[in-house]
This record gives sequence, structure tokens and C-alpha cells, in this order.
Amino acid sequence: MTARPSPAAALDPALAAADVPAARRRHRSAARMAWNRFRRHRMALAGLAVVAAFALASAAPRLASPYDPQSSDLDHRLAAPTWAHPMGTDDLGRDLLTRILYGGRISLTIGVAAMALAVTLGTAVGAAAGFYGRWVDNALMRLTDLVLSFPQLFVLIVLALVLRNVSLPALRTGAASVLPIVLVIAVTSWMPVARLVRATFLSLREATFVEAARGLGVRNGRIIARHVLPNSLGPIIVAATLRVASSIITESGLSFLGFGVQPPTPTWGNMLNAAQDQMTSAPWTAIYPGLMIFLTVIAINYIGDGLRDALDPHHAR
Amino acid sequence: MIRYLGRRLLQAIPLLLFVSAAVFFLINIVPGGPTAAYENNPRLTSEDIARIEAELGLNQPIYVRYLRWLGAVAHADWGYSLVTKRPVLVEIGERFPNTLYLIGIQYLVTLAIAVPAGTLSAVRRYSVFDHATTTVAFMGQSIPIFWFGLILIIVFHVTLRSPLTGLPLLPAGGMYTIGEPFSLADRIRHLILPVAMLTLANCAAIVRYVRASMIEVLHADYIRTARSKGASGRRVIWSHALKNAALPVVTIVALDLPVLFGGALFTETIFSWPGMGRLFYDSALRFDYALLMSIVMITAVLIVASNLAADVGYAYLDPRIRYG
Repeated sequence: MTARPSPAAALDPALAAADVPAARRRHRSAARMAWNRFRRHRMALAGLAVVAAFALASAAPRLASPYDPQSSDLDHRLAAPTWAHPMGTDDLGRDLLTRILYGGRISLTIGVAAMALAVTLGTAVGAAAGFYGRWVDNALMRLTDLVLSFPQLFVLIVLALVLRNVSLPALRTGAASVLPIVLVIAVTSWMPVARLVRATFLSLREATFVEAARGLGVRNGRIIARHVLPNSLGPIIVAATLRVASSIITESGLSFLGFGVQPPTPTWGNMLNAAQDQMTSAPWTAIYPGLMIFLTVIAINYIGDGLRDALDPHHAR
Repeated sequence: MIRYLGRRLLQAIPLLLFVSAAVFFLINIVPGGPTAAYENNPRLTSEDIARIEAELGLNQPIYVRYLRWLGAVAHADWGYSLVTKRPVLVEIGERFPNTLYLIGIQYLVTLAIAVPAGTLSAVRRYSVFDHATTTVAFMGQSIPIFWFGLILIIVFHVTLRSPLTGLPLLPAGGMYTIGEPFSLADRIRHLILPVAMLTLANCAAIVRYVRASMIEVLHADYIRTARSKGASGRRVIWSHALKNAALPVVTIVALDLPVLFGGALFTETIFSWPGMGRLFYDSALRFDYALLMSIVMITAVLIVASNLAADVGYAYLDPRIRYG
């Protein structure tokens, strides 16, 4: 990253054009380099394809399936998979594939939303602790330790119960019951991100370019936003990706136990809950929803793996 | 060392106080508080509920109730289950050994698989065995554990039958066959599926830690020294290297305890295993608040204690760590 024009800029007149700010050009080539490294990770590419396919199918389930997720067909209860119902039907004769598509919508949304909230929270806590140090660091890390010493799943269940009782009646059923779940998952999962961000901030705080900025009289908030945060983005992106996967597992686990999203709104977790009573007569009701969770989670984890290789070249495998 | 231990113990006290306060306030902000369980009971009028609240001291300010609860807890009076009316400590005392039994056996199986597999994987890095191990471990960490439990039931209870009796190959619930005299074989048959379910995720995590830790250790100078002194390859790996590679793994095992408790909750729920996790699940369904609070408290104490034990153990085993 010197003042000399890059080989790409020499070949591409648009890149070399004087009106492209140098910072943006550098940013673009860094992203290009990362993509080139990511592309070499075959499983990560496959994961990306799987997640994209699932996201598209659940975004437009009407295109993929002619059925309605709630309409029951009592003549075809617990029907084994056939061409008409590729994944069979459940105990009310509802098409399982259709419910999986609609459920995927909820599960993926919760995964992404809970990740966004947890990463924001974790980054804020970690950044403040790592950058300001001393008593701020001490207090925030004690808080992190405190939350970490709770048994996560137990507290999740208690929180979900409490929120269901405290929150407005409108938030108790149907699609709106997703909101408390997102909140609960985020509140119990920001700690690893906070620790990670704190560690990178601690090391970057002493970096020469931060000292230079400070010497120039740049305010703390601006140093964090413009100098430290962009340089710690790599690990945060990797952690955020993996957090989507674990949020999906957490949501489905909570819904599986019956404390998450409430039926009739389908999610992969509460479909598994319903399937428990029919495992002898209709094992497919238990196999497919879980298979979807598994495939989604492993795909996202492989993407995270690829991103780590791409964004953090020093990381040894 | 003693001073270090003392300081860590002192630090754990405020932590546990905070945990207890958080748990108490959380449960008690539910409208109707602990009596929420009675709200849907048609035979109870609002006067009845008010009387129950007065009896239980629930009409007092929350901080008074917290302090009274804390005092009672310190005197081993953890309250009564709303459902069974039995003392909470008796209920938990009956269930806790069953969880310990399940988790303990699971750890034996996990270590018996994970340590050799992780070590071999590190020694033969990038071999077929290594690739297979890391791939299986990666998949194991991505499988939703509760789904894996259901699949185990479908395969070993629903589909596969014993060739002799035609009955399901393995039982799908409980610790033993009710109504039959004690038999070791029966106990083991009931253990196989729950232990397999718990082992998968835990084992996958530990294999990866052992492998990473071992790879690091194999590059150390003292390994080269041991080799140059003429120690056999096998001896260097299993004696010199593994001893040092096991150190960080000890910490990880302790830090993963909350995850393991979560896994136990799923396992005990799916396999009707009469342990703490199942007790917690049943209490959550009925909002049995005294039991809920107590189980969260006890698991939190166990987590704090195991973190402490890991730190102290690590400091004791690794002379390079100063008790700063």
C-alpha cells in the first residue's frame, strides 16, 4: 500500500483516474484480495451457495411450493414423503417442505437479527473496555465475567419465560413472538465478541498510527471510529458470521423445548418439538427440520472458516 | 499459592452475590411474581392469591425479600417447590447425582476418544486421518445436539430391532427398566444413547483443542531436546508432548461447563433422564420459581467454582505462570 500505482490501476484506467480517492481505491483492493483468498476455500464457497439458496427459497416460498404453511389436509395426515409432498406431511396434514421454507424465514431472520444485536453490544462493550482501559476496562470485564458465569441455556429459558409474561400480549404469539427471542439470544451471547474486540483494541491502542492520530489532536471517538475499528474489522466479521450459526442453533433449541417461537408460526425448532410425539409413526417430521438446521449451520461455519482465512492471513490452521 | 487461592476465592464472592441478585430480580419481575403459576387456577380468587402472597411474604418490598431469601439460602433453607410442596434442596438432591453420573461417564468416553484422536491428528498433520478427524469434528460442532438425540432414537429405538426378541435395540428413555431388579447390562443399555448424544458435541470441541494445543507443543524446543537425546518417537509424543498439551485443554474443559450443562438439559429432556436438567425443564413448564432460581444458582456456583479450579490448577501445573 504505497503511493505507487498498483498493477491493477496501471491496467485499468478507471481505477487510476485521479478523481478516485486513494483511500477508497486501497479499500477496494483489500476487499478484492480478501475475496481472492476466500474463493480458494472450496467448502466456504459451497457454504455460501447453500446459504444463498436457503435464503432465496425462504424469501419467496410461494415460488418453491404451491401449499400454504397453515392449511391442513386431514386426509393426508403424517403422509410419508412422495412427489406431491417431497418431505411428507405433519400431524395436521400440512406440507412439511412448505413449513420448512416458512420456518427458515423465521429461523434465518432470528439468526441474523440476534447476531447483529449481539455483535453491536459486544463491540461497544469491548471497544470501550479495550480503548479506555483502567476502571472502564475493569468494570466492563467484570460485567462480562458475571454474564459468562450464568449457565447460558438455563438463563435463556428463564428470560424467555419472564419476557413472555412481561411483554405485551401482542408479542406473545405468532410472528411477533420473534422479537423477545432475538433480544434474549443477543443478551446472552455478546460476551465472546466483547472479549475479542477488547483484545484487538488493547493491542491497536498502542499502535503507531493511533499515537500519530492522538498527537494530531484527534478526539477519542473519532480515533475509534476511523482508525481502530476499521483495523479490527476482520476478526469481528468472522465472529459475527459464526454468531449467526450459533444464534440459529440457540433459537431452534429454545423453540424445540417449547420456550421459543410459539406455534402455529413454524420454525425449524418448534417443528422438531411437534415431531417428538410422532417419531415412531412419522420419523420424517423429525429428520427434515433438523437436517435444515444442520446444513445451514455447517454452511455458515464453513463460510466463517473461509472468511478467517481471507481476512486473517496470519491465522495458522 | 495460598494467597493467590485466597484472593481468587474472595473475588468469587461478589460475583456470586451479583448472580444471585440477578436471578432473584429476574424471576420476581414477572407480573404476579412467583404466584403467576396460580393465576390460571379458576378455584383461586384474587383474595386467595393475596392471602398466599402475604403468607409467603411477597407483599414486602423486593429488596427486603431478596435479603430474606439470601439469609434463608445461607441457612440451607431454599424454599419449597410450588408443585410437589417438597423442599427444593431435597428435590435437587435426588436429581443431582443422576446428572453427575451421566456427565461423568460422558467425560470418560469423551476423553477416551478425544485425546488419542486429537493427538494422532496433530502428529500426522494433513494426513487422511487428520482430514477425516477435523471434518467429523467440524460436523459434530455444527449438529444441533437435540436433533442428533432424535436421530439416535429413530435409528436405535424405532428402526433397529434386536434380532433375538424383536424389541427395540436400545431403550429411548429412563435410567433403568422400571420394575425389574438391578442389572448392570440394563443400566448400560440405558446409558448408551444419552451418553452418545452428549459425547458428540463435547468430543468434537475437545478433539479440536487437543489437536491445536498438540501442534503448538510439538514445535517446542524441549520436544527437539527429547528427540535429540534419543527418546523414541512414541515416548516423546505420549509422554513429553501430551503432558504439556493437556494443560490448556484442562482450562477449556472447565470453561465449557455451561455448554455441557445446556447439553445435559437437552439430553435429559429427550431421554426422560431424571437429572437436574429435566427437573429444570419441568419447573420451567410450571413456573416453579423456587426450583428455577435454585437450579440456576447451583449451576452458576458450579461454573464459578470450576473456573476457579481451572485457574488454580493451571497455575499449579504450569510453573511459568506467576500468581500475579
